Order: sequence, then structure tokens, then C-alpha cells
Amino acid sequence: MKQIYMDNAATTKVAPEVFDAMLPFFCEQYGNPSSAYRFSGQIADKVAEARKTIADAIGASDREIFFTSGGSESDNWAIKGIADALSSKGNHIITSKIEHHAVLHTCEFLEKHGFEVTYLPVDEKGRISLEELEKAIRPTTILISIMFANNEIGTIEPVAEIGKIAHEHGVVFHTDAVQAFGHVPISVNELNIDLMSISAHKIHGPKGTGFLYVRSGIKLSNLIHGGAQERGKRAGTTNAAGIIGLAKATELALASMDKVQAYESALRDKLIKRVLEEVPFTRVNGDLENRLSNNANFCFRFVEGESLLMLLDQKGILGSSGSACTSGSLDPSHVLLAIGLPHEIAHGSLRLTLSTETTEEDIDYIVETLKQIIERLRSMSPLYEDFVKKNQEA
Amino acid sequence: MSQVTEYSEKVMDHFSNPRNVGEIENASGVGTVGNAKCGDIMRMYLDIDENQIVRDAKFKTFGCGAAIATSSMATELVKGKTVEEALKVTNKAVMEALDGLPPVKIHCSLLAEQAIHAALWDYAQKNGITVEGLTPPVNDIDETEEYYAMQGD
Repeated sequence: MKQIYMDNAATTKVAPEVFDAMLPFFCEQYGNPSSAYRFSGQIADKVAEARKTIADAIGASDREIFFTSGGSESDNWAIKGIADALSSKGNHIITSKIEHHAVLHTCEFLEKHGFEVTYLPVDEKGRISLEELEKAIRPTTILISIMFANNEIGTIEPVAEIGKIAHEHGVVFHTDAVQAFGHVPISVNELNIDLMSISAHKIHGPKGTGFLYVRSGIKLSNLIHGGAQERGKRAGTTNAAGIIGLAKATELALASMDKVQAYESALRDKLIKRVLEEVPFTRVNGDLENRLSNNANFCFRFVEGESLLMLLDQKGILGSSGSACTSGSLDPSHVLLAIGLPHEIAHGSLRLTLSTETTEEDIDYIVETLKQIIERLRSMSPLYEDFVKKNQEA
Repeated sequence: MSQVTEYSEKVMDHFSNPRNVGEIENASGVGTVGNAKCGDIMRMYLDIDENQIVRDAKFKTFGCGAAIATSSMATELVKGKTVEEALKVTNKAVMEALDGLPPVKIHCSLLAEQAIHAALWDYAQKNGITVEGLTPPVNDIDETEEYYAMQGD
């Protein structure tokens, strides 16, 4: 059976070009880039080149790029690092209710240590309100952390405006751009970004590699203490293979961005249109305009997400859901609850995220399969039974 | 969705090919348990003859893979049993018959036990029978109607 991978927001396949670029740095050029001999110096040069490629991609200087183990570390570093460095100035942080757990749980951790956090609500499309953001700013506010694009529903936040407001009030602005980087153009200067978290494996790069962009002049305490790597800001032996893979993936993503966006969004729009037209009692979540080109997120009433994923898996379709059973807690996705969905509807969610490997035939197969599976699950659902009976009576 | 890979073959079988899905018209007893808010609702229908033997059992379930599998197994286990025997089909019995459940899914087997009890309670109420050890079920359904009423859907 053919496998259709529709979970590219979870992770992506490493591009062959990325793999090839990384390969020499495992068994041949394996030296520690920090060592003094020429064997390692050559590798340090390659890492420097990679840093330049990445800096250029976001309009930054290479001295503002700090390699990390990925998105979660970058988020932890940005938030805890600012909290520590600016604690004498204030103890208030503003974020949103729909952030990734790497941001939310870091903020919750800081709350236990005397910081105050405002979690901004979002509208039904998943966008924060700029007015509410501005109202939430206090004299003690030291950081605003709002994601660039949401990982579940694909909504893109008004980043440039958020950054502008932050700067007007002298507040540092961090954005988790893990889902957006490589998918939409990012210029840190035009978008008023001070700190930005990025992960390689979301853009066909390797897992375990990412970076934090830190605008020069921003005071940020260290998170990982130890050696003097990354100009003394982030300890740990330089992950040369990963960094070179990240740079290659960045290069590829930038070169094909327009084409990829056009390709993916055409297929995604077809998927959304057909599902909404052909599967009754279905809604699409998120913002249809300000949206990542590869994200489709649905809620199917009277159906639970894990059963849906399991049956899709049996048909070779790999997706994800915000149901409680798949989140490992009793509550469904905090993002779906934040956009105002009741628990029961949120349990029936399905996220399908495309890549350029997704074909039109895949979309047709997915729609046909979904129709059958949803019908089957509804025929077993007491909620659907009640709904049908109620409508017959009415 | 790590727990899915922890499902036994029997759970996968009862999820993929659930037994006794459906409704029983004019059932002797019907019980609905669970809560849409938590993501699981089970409804069990029992057909019980004059000798208090469960002639047939059917179910409908909104829920995860384990919820569907435990409902399916519960209907299999109560079929052919007397009312008193059916009351003794515990969540443990359902779990054992399925070769176990991942720890986070144990509540699904409890729900299956409650569904049996709720259907038996309904039967006992309808027929004015007292069954030793049978207690009234607890169930509550949801906020969804309100949401759609607000949306004008």
C-alpha cells in the first residue's frame, strides 16, 4: 500500500541534497571545529559559511545567529534568557494562548519563579488582537513572545505590527518561527523581530539542529553553560553536520519558496474545498487568508480524532489530531479550545500538512478515503444517532 | 499518538472489526455513559429474554480506538449471560479479554463496565426488578448543542 505522508508540520523528510551535504561530516571531516589544527579549521570554515548563508536568509548579520539543538531549546533560551537578563527592569511577559508548548511551559515555569505572564486570547481564526496586545503592556513588561505561524491551524500572526508595538514600548520581541521559516519570506529588520527560534527538521533538514536569532545589542543570559562555543553564548560541541544540513535546507527552501507556496496552496485549497463540500458537518479551522501554504485543519462532528487517525493509517494516510487521546492528556488541543471550539468538536480534529511530494492523486485518494471513514465512524457514533433522531423529530 | 502502537492485536482487531455495532429496536435496556467533553461516549443496547438472559447486545461509541474496542468486547462478553452474570463483567474482565490496554486507556474499560451497568439499570427500571449490586448510572452530555445554537447552525 502506498504511504501518503501528510504530517509535514510534525517533521519532514531530509532532502537528498541536505543529506549529501551532511554526509562528509560524519566519517571524514569529523573533527571538533573548536580544535586548533587545520583538520578542524576546515570544518570551522564550513560552519562559518553555513552561518553566513542562514544570516543572509533572514537579513541578519552572522554574529546574530546562534546554533542550538532546535526549536524547543531556542524558545527556552530566548524566554528564560530575557527573563534573567532583564529581571531588574521588570517581571512581566506577554505571550498568547496558542503558542507551542515550548513557549507555554517555559512561561509557566517562570510564573513559579516570580514572573507574571499574560496569555493573550485569539479570535476564531487564531489571530491575536493588536489592541489587546498594546493594552497588556505594563511598565514592567520585558518580553513579548508571539509565534510567527501556528503549528496546528497554520494561522500567520501579524508579526511586523507586533514587533512595531513592542519597540514603541521598548519591549523585546521574540517569535517562534519554527513553522514559518522557509515557508514565508522573513526579514528580521522589516518585521521588527529581536529574537527568533528556528528548527531545521521542519524544512527538510536534520532533527536536533536549529538556531536562535538574537538582534545585536539585546541582552540575553545563557541557557546552556559550559564551553566557549557560539562566541561564549551557547556551550556544547558544534554540531557541524547538523548546521551544514540546516544551511543547505535553508538555501533550498529560499530558492524554491514561491514555487512551493503556489504548488502547496493550490493542492491545499483543493483539499479544503472538496472536504467541506463532500463531508457534511465539517469545519475548517484557522484563517483562510493568513495561512501557511501547506496546512489544512478540519473538525468532523460526531467523530473522535484518534479513531480517525487509526483508520486513516490503515489506509496509508498519515496525519495528526488535536484530540485528547493524541495529546496524551484529558483535554483536546489548547489551540482549538482557544479559537472557541467546544471540547467535543475539538476531539474530532484532523491536521493534514502537505509537502511538494504530495500529488493531486493523493488529494483525491485522501478525500475519497476520508468520506468512507467519517461515514463509518458516524454510523458508530451515539452522538450522530442522537443528532439524526433529533432532526427527524424536528 | 504513541499509545496506538501499544495496542494489543486483540484491541486492533476489535477496533478494526468491531462486533455488534448498531442499535436494538425496542431494546430491553439502553445505557449511555461518558462525556463528549472528555472524548468518550458509549451507548449499549441489551435484548433480555423472559428468563433474564441477554439474548443480544449492540453498541454505539464515540471515542478513541480503545473505547471502540472495549465496547465491542463488552457486548461479546455479556451475550448469553444472565443479568446477574452480566453485572459481574468487570472492566478487568474486558481488559483481560483484550490482552490488556495501555495505562492511559484503562478508563475506556471502566466506561465499558459502566455502559453494561447503565443498560442493565434501564432494564431493571423498566421491569420493576431489583438486581443486587446494581446502582443507578451517572452520565452527562455536553456543551455542543449550546455552541451550535450560538452559531445558528
